[in-house]
Amino acid sequence: MIPAAFDYARPASLDEALTLLARGAGSAKVLAGGQSLLPLMRLRLASPAKLIDIGRIAELRAIRDLGGGATGIGALATYRDVLDSKLATHNHPILAGAIPGIGDVQVRNRGTLGGAIAHADPASDMPAILLALDASIVIRSGSGERVVGIDGFFQGAFATDLAEDEILTEIRLPATPAGAGMAYCSIEQPASGYSMVGVAAVVGRSDGSISSARVAITGVADVAYRATAVEKALIGSDAGSAAIDAAAAHATDGQEVSSDFNANAEYRAAMAVVHTSRAIEAAFAAAG
Amino acid sequence: MTTDVLGASVKRVEDPRFITGKGRYLDDIKLAGMTYMSILRSPYAHANIRSIDTSAAKAMPGVVLVLTGADVPYNPLPMAWPAGGSSGVVNNINMPRVLATDSVKWTGEGVAAVIAETAAQAVDALEAIVVEWEPLPVVVDAEKATEAGAPQLHENAPNNVVFNWTVGDKAGTDAAVDSAEVVVRQRIVNQRLIPNPMEVRGDIGLYNPGTEEYTVWMSSQTPHIQRLLLTAFVTGIPEHKVRCIAPDVGGAFGTKIFCYADMALVMLASRLTGGRPVKWVETRRENYQSTTHGRDHITYLEIAGTRDGEITGLRVKTYANLGGRLSTIGPGVPTTLYARVLSGCYKIPNVYCEVTGVYTNTTFVDAYRGAGRPEATYVIERAMDLFADEIGMDPAEIRRRNFIAPDKFPYDNPSGLGTAVNGEKIYIDSGNYEPAMDMALKTVGYGSLDKAKTDARSRGKYLGLGLSTYIEVCGVAPSKWIGAVGEGWGAAMWESANLKIHLTGKVVLTMGTQPQGQGHETTFSQIIASELGLPMEDIIVQHSDTQGTPFGYGSYGSRTATVGGEAAVKAAGKIREKARHYAAHMLEASVDDIEVEGNEYRVKGSPEKKKTLQEIAFALDLGFSLPEGMEPYLDETVYHDTTNCTWPFGTHIAVVEIDEETGKVDLVRYVAVDDVGKKINPMIVDGQLHGGIAQGVGQALWEGAVYGDDGQLLSGSMLDYAVPRASWFPNFELGETVTPSPVNPLGVKGVGEAGAIASTAAVANAVMDALSPFGIRHIDMPFTAPKVWRAMHDKEARS
Ligand SMILES: Cc1cc2nc3c(=O)[nH]c(=O)nc-3n(C[C@H](O)[C@H](O)[C@H](O)COP(=O)(O)OP(=O)(O)OC[C@H]3O[C@@H](n4cnc5c(N)ncnc54)[C@H](O)[C@@H]3O)c2cc1C
Repeated sequence: MIPAAFDYARPASLDEALTLLARGAGSAKVLAGGQSLLPLMRLRLASPAKLIDIGRIAELRAIRDLGGGATGIGALATYRDVLDSKLATHNHPILAGAIPGIGDVQVRNRGTLGGAIAHADPASDMPAILLALDASIVIRSGSGERVVGIDGFFQGAFATDLAEDEILTEIRLPATPAGAGMAYCSIEQPASGYSMVGVAAVVGRSDGSISSARVAITGVADVAYRATAVEKALIGSDAGSAAIDAAAAHATDGQEVSSDFNANAEYRAAMAVVHTSRAIEAAFAAAG
Repeated sequence: MTTDVLGASVKRVEDPRFITGKGRYLDDIKLAGMTYMSILRSPYAHANIRSIDTSAAKAMPGVVLVLTGADVPYNPLPMAWPAGGSSGVVNNINMPRVLATDSVKWTGEGVAAVIAETAAQAVDALEAIVVEWEPLPVVVDAEKATEAGAPQLHENAPNNVVFNWTVGDKAGTDAAVDSAEVVVRQRIVNQRLIPNPMEVRGDIGLYNPGTEEYTVWMSSQTPHIQRLLLTAFVTGIPEHKVRCIAPDVGGAFGTKIFCYADMALVMLASRLTGGRPVKWVETRRENYQSTTHGRDHITYLEIAGTRDGEITGLRVKTYANLGGRLSTIGPGVPTTLYARVLSGCYKIPNVYCEVTGVYTNTTFVDAYRGAGRPEATYVIERAMDLFADEIGMDPAEIRRRNFIAPDKFPYDNPSGLGTAVNGEKIYIDSGNYEPAMDMALKTVGYGSLDKAKTDARSRGKYLGLGLSTYIEVCGVAPSKWIGAVGEGWGAAMWESANLKIHLTGKVVLTMGTQPQGQGHETTFSQIIASELGLPMEDIIVQHSDTQGTPFGYGSYGSRTATVGGEAAVKAAGKIREKARHYAAHMLEASVDDIEVEGNEYRVKGSPEKKKTLQEIAFALDLGFSLPEGMEPYLDETVYHDTTNCTWPFGTHIAVVEIDEETGKVDLVRYVAVDDVGKKINPMIVDGQLHGGIAQGVGQALWEGAVYGDDGQLLSGSMLDYAVPRASWFPNFELGETVTPSPVNPLGVKGVGEAGAIASTAAVANAVMDALSPFGIRHIDMPFTAPKVWRAMHDKEARS
């Protein structure tokens, strides 16, 4: 469990980090909390020639009030930082519900939200949550800044919209739609603790019918996805359990469901449906 | 004689160092000039080695030495326990070589080693070794491996059979089963487990070119045995030229009983580097691939009896997967330690068991916490429930009906424990099974089970309750029975203790046993403090170094307190006797008039005339004035052989809830009433039970080593092998009955394995009870959510 030799740099600022990254194009990797990258290196599944440790760039760790119920979460904010942030958990209560189920204390103390989504592990929880929250992602490179919507950010297993010379700097969460509730429901793969299936739902009601719905699912396909067929079926329907179950039945529409020796595709698909129902019910319960 | 300290929950004297990170484990040892070894392991489960080219590796930075099988002048590892011992059973033995030469039989078998200046350089150089492989067909399933056309692993083992071993009366059992009113048959799998001690294995070899002596540090349960095996069988180096030391050992669960190739490799490498220390510490991945696994039985059971619940026969056929080559005592586990206790605590008149040991392209299998007895308990406890279900009888009732009655001890068990082995028989010497079961039933509220089930249904759960009324054989073992001329283990099984009281009155107890976290330093101090009336703080317990401790067989098989503890008690007795004689000399009294109270040696009738043990030690250790014939110093050594094993028993009850939508099983209550005899330290006993129960539940619900058909270990890391976490368990509700063991005056029976032996079957029975509305009789472990969900969906609930 010893990684191959690598060079190491610890830039003091984002600009310096971007310069180093541009120079090391192709062979350099950004290191944040190291909770995904270091295990891969120790197993020699990844052997980057150079690590650019951005872990101490304070400007990337801030959690900011963007006004009107919106929040900016610095890419280097750890799970622990987010849990400890009254602002973030008040504006987006799903974070308080979901984060304690991610990893263990050490992982939450070190692992960053930026790292979690840049890594795009098909079983990780944050991608589904951010899809449901309709986040936008702020990305910097030597040539400037761009802001992209979360839809389309995840492109496949361990693949995102980030280019090799880019650093993710902030995750922006918009205000929760009026009257909406949110919840995350998952079932763990007991060995890894990652989700076999995780479903995030942000749903709103007005006048007795469902007015807004974003439902996103992780663990089921090779990348977290929005269950648009579920959302479509929900909107306009009443919020009764029959309607919810009928909508949840579409949880894996259009997806190629993954299979491994821990859980085959049939089970994952069934659990996607079950946890979609549960997440929607819980979201309504949370909305009050 | 006894003071409060024996039987008290004294805090463990080891814990401050373990809890604060001051333990000294193998990897903490740093020696000047240390080199680091890394082992190249086979990526194939079955392959011939055409060639190995190490030239590029030898040229890598920091590389000191590269070894392949051709460079190793040693014998293969030894087989210490063939099936059936000397009874004439044929064992087709294939032992691992220190490094494989011609072929590999499992993914992870070692083929080359690099020794380098740093651990990283050693790993880098491994990648530069080029092996030309010729992959061969693979078989990983023990039953399939014996079928016609299966890939063959070894020339001397047709159909991959290591041995066919039987126990019990075949004709009698056939007659009983074939004529029974009711026979229930079931195929059950006791899946392969990876033991997962917190500290992985490792060794350091140090050769002294001046004296030609070797020191080997090893994370081991058995430093004395390893010295014997490494010298007499593997390397040919004279025994007195090797010293083995086990530093603090961070868990073992059986895996560190055995002789491993790496131990010999670090010795050889240190000699070939002119005496540089060579350290090897396995990675967790290596631990998963090349340290022993446990269990892995496929069993066909038939249980026969009457409609009213009397069990009359048990016929069992087991395929025991032993891996690609054999580990040190691999064949002994599924034979003696399994089939000889197959009938558990029941008076089943006819028992017959046939065990086929099998080679497959998997890691070798050997003793893992409980070793054979959990497998046996799983068979009989599942069988009892299956039979009860068939005749519509309550599971507690069928057990009650068939328990060996308390007046039937010593009990001559028909599955062979009482069978004479060269004239030596052992019996189940004591037991009283009903009170333990009744206490457990009362604690769990057995009578209100139906209501609990109804409540659970209203929450979308299926509740189930499962019993396991187990016995175990531990405190191994009388040497004549288990030893070379007997049941088969190629050695004796006595234990040793040396006790010294130094001039200052401080006490050193050195033991032949070997702790791995159990708290021996505490419990042995309690014994000596109680025996000699001394404060525990004045006693130190030493162990784990062949230099300075008397030869001992080490710690496993729940034997340390029962066999080693008795050696310590006897050593204290000898000290007391010598002190009494010397007190008589000091006090100018007759020995018969000296009475002992705590640490005071007094003249009967004149209590003011007395000497403390410390005063006696001071004078006697100096030895200025000695009575005729007495040697100076209070220093006594005892080698103690036991007359029987010990027979803990008890009832464990698991209550589970299964989620109707996901199939997830939650353990919601766990009640255990154990009779482990007297307790030296109840807190330590509880700790052993907690850990054992968790491990056994782990097997039932989560754990399992899974191989692909190509022999790759799919559950190759903790990402895919579910080691249980504390938060998955309810509080354990422990109770006790106390039937002291008659074989040792301490009355102790051993508790290291009981939890793991009992709990797996209790949980399995609970899960089947919960699934009974679906008409499910049996599914195989582990009861993971996907598996249980599948079973529920295959059969619609009847109610
Ligand atoms: C024991 C354990 C249990 C875990 N359990 C869970 C779980 O239950 N659920 C779950 O979702 N996750 C789990 N994880 C994963 C964990 O959430 C992630 O490893 C962590 O969040 C990643 O963040 P990091 O800062 O450690 O990233 P790093 O490991 O430092 O980096 C991960 C990847 O992202 C890139 N990267 C990091 N930051 C940036 C950035 N700002 N811009 C561009 N690229 C970047 C890196 O180059 C690297 O490729 C677990 C991890 C461990 C070790």
